[in-house]
Amino acid sequence: MNNIARTNDFVVRFANVNGSGSASANNLFAKAIFRMGVPVSPKNIFPSNIQGLPTWYEVRVSDRGYLARRGGYDLAVAVNGQTLLRDYLDLPPGGYFLYDSTRELSADFDRKDVTLLPVPLTELCNTAFEHPKLRQLLKNIIYVGALASLLDMEFTVLTEAVERQYAKNAKLAGPNIKALELGHDYAATHLAGRCQLKVQRIDGVGERILVDGNTAFGLGALYGGATVVGWYPITPSTSVIEAFEKYCRKFRVEQDGGRRKVAILQAEDEMAALGIVIGASWNGARAFTATSGPGISLMGELLGLGYFAEIPAVVLNVQRAGPSTGMPTRTQQADILSSAYASHGDTKHPLLFPSDPRECFEMAADALDLAERLQTPVLVLSDLDLGMNDNLSPPFTWDDGRRYDRGKVLSHDDLEQRQEKWGRYLDVDGDGICYRTYPGTHPAKGSYFTRGTSHNEYSGYTEDNVIYQTGMERLTRKWQTAKSLVPGPVLAMRDATSPLGAIFVGSSAAAAFEAFDLLAEKGIVINAMRLRAFPFADEVYRFIKAHRQVFVIEQNRDAQLRTLLVNEGDVDPAKLPPVLHFDGLPITATTICAQIEALLSSNRQTPTQDGGRR
Amino acid sequence: MSSERPVFRHPQAAKNSAGYSRKDYEGAISTLCAGCGHDSTTNAIIQACFELAIEPHRVAKMSGIGCSSKTPAYFLGRSHGFNAVHGRMPAIAAGANMANRELLYIGISGDGDTASIGMGQFAHALRRNLNLNYICMNNGCYGLTKGQDSATADRGSAGKKGEPNPYSAIDLCKLAIELGASYVARGFSGDKQQLVPLIKGAFAHNGLAFIDVISPCVTFNNTSTSTKSYEYVREHIEATNTFDFIPLQQEILAHYPEGTSQEVVMHDGSIISLHKSEAGKEVTSRRLALDGLEEEKAKGRLLTGLLYVDPQSVDTHDIVNSTLRPLNTLGEADLCPGGATLAKLMDGWR
Repeated sequence: MNNIARTNDFVVRFANVNGSGSASANNLFAKAIFRMGVPVSPKNIFPSNIQGLPTWYEVRVSDRGYLARRGGYDLAVAVNGQTLLRDYLDLPPGGYFLYDSTRELSADFDRKDVTLLPVPLTELCNTAFEHPKLRQLLKNIIYVGALASLLDMEFTVLTEAVERQYAKNAKLAGPNIKALELGHDYAATHLAGRCQLKVQRIDGVGERILVDGNTAFGLGALYGGATVVGWYPITPSTSVIEAFEKYCRKFRVEQDGGRRKVAILQAEDEMAALGIVIGASWNGARAFTATSGPGISLMGELLGLGYFAEIPAVVLNVQRAGPSTGMPTRTQQADILSSAYASHGDTKHPLLFPSDPRECFEMAADALDLAERLQTPVLVLSDLDLGMNDNLSPPFTWDDGRRYDRGKVLSHDDLEQRQEKWGRYLDVDGDGICYRTYPGTHPAKGSYFTRGTSHNEYSGYTEDNVIYQTGMERLTRKWQTAKSLVPGPVLAMRDATSPLGAIFVGSSAAAAFEAFDLLAEKGIVINAMRLRAFPFADEVYRFIKAHRQVFVIEQNRDAQLRTLLVNEGDVDPAKLPPVLHFDGLPITATTICAQIEALLSSNRQTPTQDGGRR
Repeated sequence: MSSERPVFRHPQAAKNSAGYSRKDYEGAISTLCAGCGHDSTTNAIIQACFELAIEPHRVAKMSGIGCSSKTPAYFLGRSHGFNAVHGRMPAIAAGANMANRELLYIGISGDGDTASIGMGQFAHALRRNLNLNYICMNNGCYGLTKGQDSATADRGSAGKKGEPNPYSAIDLCKLAIELGASYVARGFSGDKQQLVPLIKGAFAHNGLAFIDVISPCVTFNNTSTSTKSYEYVREHIEATNTFDFIPLQQEILAHYPEGTSQEVVMHDGSIISLHKSEAGKEVTSRRLALDGLEEEKAKGRLLTGLLYVDPQSVDTHDIVNSTLRPLNTLGEADLCPGGATLAKLMDGWR
């Protein structure tokens, strides 16, 4: 039997029961690898359930720095009876199966090409620990200890992690370290030499951090100066607000009296959540909400109001698999169209697409600037994979010289000094963006009436056809201005002469770049463009023009990003073959490679009319 | 359409203590039907603001959609206004109020806007006790879409179309008290003498002040078969109390009218002195307020006046413990922890 033998390049899959406290043990394992300097990418695959259903946690270890889900696993840590057999059968030949040997495996477990790693977890735990509640938690820590021995990990990295985690609760550190030792010693004594997967310290992480995108969103909104939040709980966005609130308790408390420099309202639904944001922004506070697909649907009417009445708003959309309730705990990039064109009538909204936690942090803060500069709702599209999983990310930085861009707002003195008549919807600068005032600014000047119905340049009600159309055309002008303000695409050219390109956004990036490496090994050279915002820069269409074929890689069924590209620019749809992944799990490089190779081979079979040279 | 009023002002027009004349509280000319109850309510708002000497620019007018929600264009022309989305005034008012707690907020809604499409937001604004003067102009029908019954139409009542409404009515005042409102009143657009003090009391209240104003629709629901017609309401009205509102500035000079049986000191120090028709009805008792509404309803009467008030009311800002400074005035120094702090946070994720 050929065991899989690899160092710093493998996947461990933990199979647990949700609600059993496995998350902290599994995190401990991932963090230890990270602290050994090895790039690591943990992904939680969990059910829409609080307790009792199967949950998996995949840890990809990759010295080459590939952080996408790889697909498949080399070592299973199988501690969930419900999925034990499936976890065993899905192992590749040469894989490893760590299980709780307190109970013997049934006759079904008869593969000859899998190495068993039996550890009597329950027995070890029950012998060592009295407390029934602790037992369940520490059983998980025991397998982490065993893994440390099997994978040759530095044991002190784990013990230090535990000490750091329980710095404020030393009572808990002791039992955790004891559990680690139990597992470690058992594996060292009984399973030595059985596992050929190894972790070896390298310098592959550098300055990077390990953090989830939702925490980054919350922190970015705090740094960006948000003071009002309206929100409604929805997976997978809830932890954005939890993080924001946590940091507000830390950084937004007044010295005298302990009042908070923030107002967070849990709303009755997503309509109210966005209503709160729009009301606050109208009145000059920076405000945001976080939601997911169904929330965007409910916010539709108010997004139209925000667009037409020109009120800033920031919506952080952590996408999940839809439609309807869909798969609330699985990932997708399937709200691209519903976000871009949300609402009735002619509406479109700037979108930002972060692809790692640093961009989540930056774009949450940038969105607050953009929304106020453009006086319109701005949506930032993350997803469950980026939002809820720990992602390896460059560290966040903040320039202390940065000032919030509050956009075109007239102060009391501005109004006082103004000679010409002010109009709320008067395009003085020709960029489609007009000057606004906050309520209460001046006793006699600058008040206006905001409405979702059509209005003239002085915000008076009108049904005049010419005035209405002129106003809509000005909003188009503003959209052109938006193009120059949103972050541009990131280009990765491998070979300017290659006819092949690819476009993608957000969390698809890691898998896409890995796929291009794999394809390059086969002589398929792909130039890449990662989009960071909508409206699309002209550069995007130049990139498409410069290539014969541009694969649009995305995580939804209906090729929504591709639809948006086709809809918004002068492009032949045939030039944009879709590469799609939409099973609810994060996209893999393998999927992308397979689809691109299939598309290229079908090219060869059915040449285009001009002989394939386009 | 709304058109502006002439700017001419009589040089001798009386001014209030803030130096404004009554005209300064007016807005554009109403485009509602002649005789609409909403215009009388609008006038009562103007009168209350004038008498309270509120600076017009310190008020923000919020509304939803419907005939009633158009009225913010017709009063306080110097104030910012926001005619929002159907049923969503409370949330937008909540956001606005969170941004700047120093302004006064008046929210105008109607029975369709409040009792149907906006019921959820109405309920939750009450729960949060948003510091908002919430006036519902209640005519039992949808005027802008030509007279459909609303959820406050009484069962059996018939408007212009002649078909009796088969559904039971929602009593917004009862509901408001049930849901934790801290100031609940009912007025009648045809009784300005009662309505103006109710609005003044609402401005002094720290929290959500809800006023259900029965405000007949002359075009679609003023028939002899309607229970929201001028005639019916006049005949069936029962005032729980009449009262004088004594603003804070006048407190020391106040002469308490004779026969006062209860005084309520409001959050800002203003005083509401109630003239009771019957002794023993405590306006600060939620239970007695509900009993009163039920009793009068059983008699086929519509109870008006100040129904319930909690003078110790705590508003949303104090519930969420937000700063006393307007949040919209805070800048980078207050809000952003800075680069060095961020660098330290990074270590926690290594």
